[in-house]
Amino acid sequence: MIEIYQHQKSYIHLLNTRVKTLFTLVFILCVSLSPTGTWPAYLLFLTVILAGIILSRLSFKLLLIRSLISLPFVLAAFPILFTAPEPHWQLSINEKIKILISQPGFERFISIAIKSWMSLLAAILLSSSTHFEELLSALRKLGLPKPIVSILSLMWRYLSLMIDEGRSLARARDSRSAGKSNVRTIGWRAGVTGKMVGNLLLRSLERSERVYAAMAARGYTGDPLYRTSKSFTKGDYWILTCGVMLCLLILAFAILSQ
Amino acid sequence: MLPGKLFMHIPDGFLSIPVSIVLWVVSIVVIGIALRKTSKQLGEKEIPLMGILAAAIFAGQMLNFSVTGGTSGHLLGAALVTILLGPWAAILVMTSVVSIQALVFQDGGLISLGSNLFNMAIVGVFVSYAILTVVNKIIKSEKTALFSSSVIASWFSIFIVSLGCAVELVLSGTSPANIAIPAMASIHALIGVGEALITLGAISFVYTARKDLLKIGSASKSTNKGILIGGSVITIILAILSPMASSHPDGLEWVAEKQGFLSVAQDSIYNLIPDYVMPGLTNEAVATIIAGIIGAAVVFVLIIGVAQTRKKTSS
Amino acid sequence: MIEIVNLVFHYPDGRAALDKINLVIHPGEKVALVGANGAGKSTLLLHLNGILQDEGLVKINGFEVNKQNLPKIRSLVGMVFQNPDDQLFSLTVGEDVAFGPIYQGFESHIVDDKVKNALSDVQLSGFEDRHPFHLSGGEKKRASVATVLSMSPEYLVLDEPTAGLDPKSRKELMALLKTLPQSLIIATHDLKMALDLTDRVILINHGKIAADGKTKDILLNEEILHENDLL
Ligand SMILES: Nc1ncnc2c1ncn2[C@@H]1O[C@H](COP(=O)(O)OP(=O)(O)O)[C@@H](O)[C@H]1O
Ligand SMILES: [Mg+2]
Repeated sequence: MIEIYQHQKSYIHLLNTRVKTLFTLVFILCVSLSPTGTWPAYLLFLTVILAGIILSRLSFKLLLIRSLISLPFVLAAFPILFTAPEPHWQLSINEKIKILISQPGFERFISIAIKSWMSLLAAILLSSSTHFEELLSALRKLGLPKPIVSILSLMWRYLSLMIDEGRSLARARDSRSAGKSNVRTIGWRAGVTGKMVGNLLLRSLERSERVYAAMAARGYTGDPLYRTSKSFTKGDYWILTCGVMLCLLILAFAILSQ
Repeated sequence: MLPGKLFMHIPDGFLSIPVSIVLWVVSIVVIGIALRKTSKQLGEKEIPLMGILAAAIFAGQMLNFSVTGGTSGHLLGAALVTILLGPWAAILVMTSVVSIQALVFQDGGLISLGSNLFNMAIVGVFVSYAILTVVNKIIKSEKTALFSSSVIASWFSIFIVSLGCAVELVLSGTSPANIAIPAMASIHALIGVGEALITLGAISFVYTARKDLLKIGSASKSTNKGILIGGSVITIILAILSPMASSHPDGLEWVAEKQGFLSVAQDSIYNLIPDYVMPGLTNEAVATIIAGIIGAAVVFVLIIGVAQTRKKTSS
Repeated sequence: MIEIVNLVFHYPDGRAALDKINLVIHPGEKVALVGANGAGKSTLLLHLNGILQDEGLVKINGFEVNKQNLPKIRSLVGMVFQNPDDQLFSLTVGEDVAFGPIYQGFESHIVDDKVKNALSDVQLSGFEDRHPFHLSGGEKKRASVATVLSMSPEYLVLDEPTAGLDPKSRKELMALLKTLPQSLIIATHDLKMALDLTDRVILINHGKIAADGKTKDILLNEEILHENDLL
C-alpha cells in the first residue's frame, strides 16, 4: 500500500480533521503572504510547525526526508541570485572568473526556499497524521463538491490496486530484459512502456464497467456516494480559532517588521 | 514509494498570491463546467469511470523507461486521456490525479494547487484537444490521423504546459523571464518526446486490443468549439508570446508592471494593513509586542502538549 | 418467484451469449448454475437484477425487470460479483455495506443497524472501519456477501463465490451460505460445493440450458458432465 499516513497516538492525530485541514491552509497562506526577508517571522512560523511535529510524535527524520521532494524545484528560483538588481557581492574564483551575486536576489531566493519548505512541512504533517479518507470527508464538509469527493475516493480505493498491476507489468518487463536498461533504442523502450500504460488503461476501463455494475446492482443511481464525518465540537472551534489567530499574528508581525 | 516526478508540480512559496488566486478561480470555474458536462454525457457511469481511470493514469505515471544514465522518461497523460475520453472527462481525470498528488504526496503545493490544476488539467487538456481536432481535420486516413495527432498533441501539451508554468513563475517574480522561459521550454521539449512516445505506445495498444474504445473520445469531439478555440488561443499565445517575452531584458515582469498589475496587487496587501488597522502605534512597538505574544503562546502550547503526552505514555 | 421467458442476449460485438432461456425459480430454492467457462452463467446472472437487458422477459416476484421497476428489483435480488475488488469499491467496509441500504432510502440509524447485523451475519463484526484492500481473500468475500445482505434481499445471487479461495476460506464461506435463509442462485463449476449447498442444478452450455434437475441426479451422472465439458 502507498499510504503516507503514519500511525501514532498523538493530539495531532486525534485532532478534528477539518481543524487540521483549515489550519494547514491558513498556515501556508500566511507563510506565502509574509514579505521577503522577514526572518524573525519565518522563525516564528518554523516554531509553530516544529511544535506541531513534536506534538504529533512523528519521526522528524522521516518528515525531513519527505520534505526534500520539492528540492529540485528550487532551481526555478536560482537565476534571481544573479539577475536581481544591485548591490552585488563579488565572488572571485580566480583572477579571471568573478561571479556577481545580487544581494536582494539572494534574500529573495533564500526566502522562497524557506517559505516553500515550511509550507511543505505543514502539508506533510497533515497527510502523515490523517487518513486520506478522513481528509476527504473533511473536504466534503468544507464544501468540496460531492462528485469530486466520490471520484477522489474511488481513485484512492483503486490506486494501490492499479499501482500493483503497474508494478507487476514493470517486473515482467524487467525480468525479461536481463538487468539491462539500455537495450535497443529509446523509442523502443518508450514504446514498451506505452504499451504497459495502454494495458493499464484498458484494465481500468473494464474494471470501471464491473464496478459500475456492482454499484448499480445495489441501487446506485448516479447520486454521489455518501460519507460520514466526525462532528465539530466547541473545543474544535476554539483550537481552530487560536491556531488561525496565531498565524495571522505572525503574518502581521512579518508585515510590520518588514 | 513516490509517484514519478515531472518538473511541473509547482510547490507552495513559488507563486505570488495574486497569481495563485486568479488561477484557483479559473480552475474552479472550468472544473465546475466539466462536472456538469460529463454528468450529462456519461450519466451515472461518470463517477466510477473517472475515479478508476484516474487511478490508472496515476499508476501509469509511475512507469518509466531509462533515457540515459540516471534520467528517465515518464508520462503526464493529459493528451492520452483526452484521446480516450474527450476533453471534459479528461479534465476531471487529470484534476483527480493532480489533486491526489498534492494532497497525499505533496507533489505540488496546496495554495499553488489552483495553478497546477490550471496547467496540467486544463491547459494540458485544452491544448491536446485543439491539436487533436485540427490534425484530425487535416489528415484524412483515420489510422494515420489518430497516431500522428496523438504524437503531436502529447508533445505540444507538455511543451505548452511548461511555458505556462514558466510564465506563472515569471509573473510571480520568482524567476526572470529571459532564463525561466527558455530553460523550461528546452527541458520540456525533450520530456515531451518521451510523453509522445509513451502516448503513441498506449494508443496503439488500445487500438489493437479494443478499437471500439477509442470512439468514446471521438464521439464527443464534434461539439466542443469553446475548447477548440480556447486551446488554440492558449497554444498560440504561449508559443508566440513566450519567446518575445524572454528576449526582452525584463520579460513579462516588465509587461505586467507597466500595466500596474503586479505592483498594485502585491503592495496593496502589505501597505494598507498597518496604517488602517493600528493607528497611533509605531510599527516597531506593535511588532515587538506581537512577537512576544506569539513566542509565549507557542512555548506554552508546546510545554502543555509535551507534558500531557508524557503523562499518557507513562500511564 | 423468478420467471425467465425466452431470454436472448447478444453482446455489442454480435456474440450470442444467451439463447432462448426459460426458467422458473421458486422462493427458498437453492440452485446451482453450472457450466464450463464462457457458457453464459455470468451473463444470465446479470439479467436477474437488470444490469443487462435484451430480448425476452424476466420477472421477479411478479415485477417485470424494466427501468421503472429497477429499485424494487435490486432490493429483491442481491448480487455478489465474482471479484471482491469490484464489489468492495468504498474506502471502508462499513461504508460499502451501508451503500445498498442508503440507496434504498433508509434513515441513518437504520442503516447503521443493518450494517451491524449484516457484518455479524458474516462473522465480520467490528470490521466497519477496516479498509477493503487490507482484508484477506476470505474476508473480502464474506464482506462482499454482507454488502448485499444489508439490503435484506429475498434472492441471493453469487457468481463463482469459491473461485480463488484457499480451502479454509472456502469452508468458512460454505458454512456461512448454509446458514442463510434466502434463496440462493450460485454460478459455479465447483461441483463439490453445488452438491453440498444446493438441491437443484441448472446446467448451461453455449448459452442454452442443457439440463435442469435434482443436484444429485445431474452431478453424479458422468455422461452429462462429460457432454458439457465439466469432467
Ligand atoms: N463484455 C462482453 N463483450 C462481449 N462478449 C462477452 C462479454 N462478456 C462475456 N462475453 C462472452 O459471452 C460468453 C458468455 O460469457 P460469461 O457469461 O461470462 O460465461 P461464464 O460466466 O459462464 O464463464 C462468452 O463467450 C464470453 O466470451
Ligand atoms: Mg463468469
